[in-house]
Amino acid sequence: MSVSRDHSLVQIAFYAALIAVLGLLPPFAIPFLGGVPITAQSLGVMLAGVMLGPVRSALAVCLFLFLVALGAPLLAGGRGGLAVFAGPSVGFLIGFPVGAFVAGLIMQRSRKLAVLPAAAVAAAVGGIGVVYLFGVPGLALMAGLSLDKALIGSAVYIPGDLIKVAIAAVVAETVSRGFPRALVSRG
Amino acid sequence: MLSLYIPGSSFLHRMPAGIKLILLAFLSAVLMPVTEPLVLAGALGLALGLYALLGKEGIRQVQLVRPLLPILVILLLLHAVTGFVMEGVSVVLRLLTMVLLANLVTLTTRMDDMMAAVAPMFRPLALVGISPRRPALAVTLVLRFVPVLLAVYGALSEAWRARTGRPASWRLIAPLALQALKLSDHVAEALIARGGADGLGRPAAARPPRRLS
Repeated sequence: MSVSRDHSLVQIAFYAALIAVLGLLPPFAIPFLGGVPITAQSLGVMLAGVMLGPVRSALAVCLFLFLVALGAPLLAGGRGGLAVFAGPSVGFLIGFPVGAFVAGLIMQRSRKLAVLPAAAVAAAVGGIGVVYLFGVPGLALMAGLSLDKALIGSAVYIPGDLIKVAIAAVVAETVSRGFPRALVSRG
Repeated sequence: MLSLYIPGSSFLHRMPAGIKLILLAFLSAVLMPVTEPLVLAGALGLALGLYALLGKEGIRQVQLVRPLLPILVILLLLHAVTGFVMEGVSVVLRLLTMVLLANLVTLTTRMDDMMAAVAPMFRPLALVGISPRRPALAVTLVLRFVPVLLAVYGALSEAWRARTGRPASWRLIAPLALQALKLSDHVAEALIARGGADGLGRPAAARPPRRLS
């Protein structure tokens, strides 16, 4: 087993922990939106994708979800256990690793672009587009709703998600300047 | 401890984790197509009865559905608007039952036992040259890193408050991500110095010679 595989393992574990910690932090009061509090968990998913690239970020998110399923209360609001996978938002959870994968892929394939815009596009497409692509049908199925109603029900969260996209892009830009090696997705 | 498990000795605690998981999967599959509100109400009653068997602590745990309530109310309203109130009632009852049953498994199973129950799922990894023990190591690492990162965040937000006099801000996420990556470098070095993920816990003599890259 190669040394770099051990390195990846630790990186994956650290990002899984980061996603957990971002969900456990008290919600940040965002100055826009009249200070509506948003939790940062899906921000962690976007960040993992943007920073770690497709495979490692998807594995990090899967590892995080695996811990939640094992019974660790790591989802935003201290939720966890198998119950969250029986609830109406299970589709969003399934969309998380796929979203991280897509975000990482976009980041990897857009090396010509500056980090800030590339990360914004990656986080928006992966962290919102793909996640909702799984989440909305999941909600429709679990809640017995039609797709358009499920979409309307989910749309309340899109403004908060857009703010997270902006934060993910700024964080990626900061990291690429402060510790370029850490932007594994482009390494 | 970072777990939702509540200690106890009920029959659910004594049941092997694997059986509980299979039962849960079976019950969820059975409940999914049911639309009869009375049947679902009965199922919900049975689920609540199981909580009651766990004693006072068990009954207290039913409050875990509280964060779900606003969503359930919205779902009910969405159904009511289109004139399918009874359908909405079934959906809410089914979701409540499934969530409560799933949580029951979590409450009565130690994380170690749960990990051991699902460990065989990772055996196929060996076919592609990955040790099936890696997922378990990864889980252990995450459980260790979460408090470490919380402490890092605590230090960052304290420094931020001292400098600005304002409460923590999203601006701390960039340094948090940076520190996480630097820490992960150190941990990886330490892990590699001890023989890597596959060398842990194996007698030194049995370890294959390692090529340093």
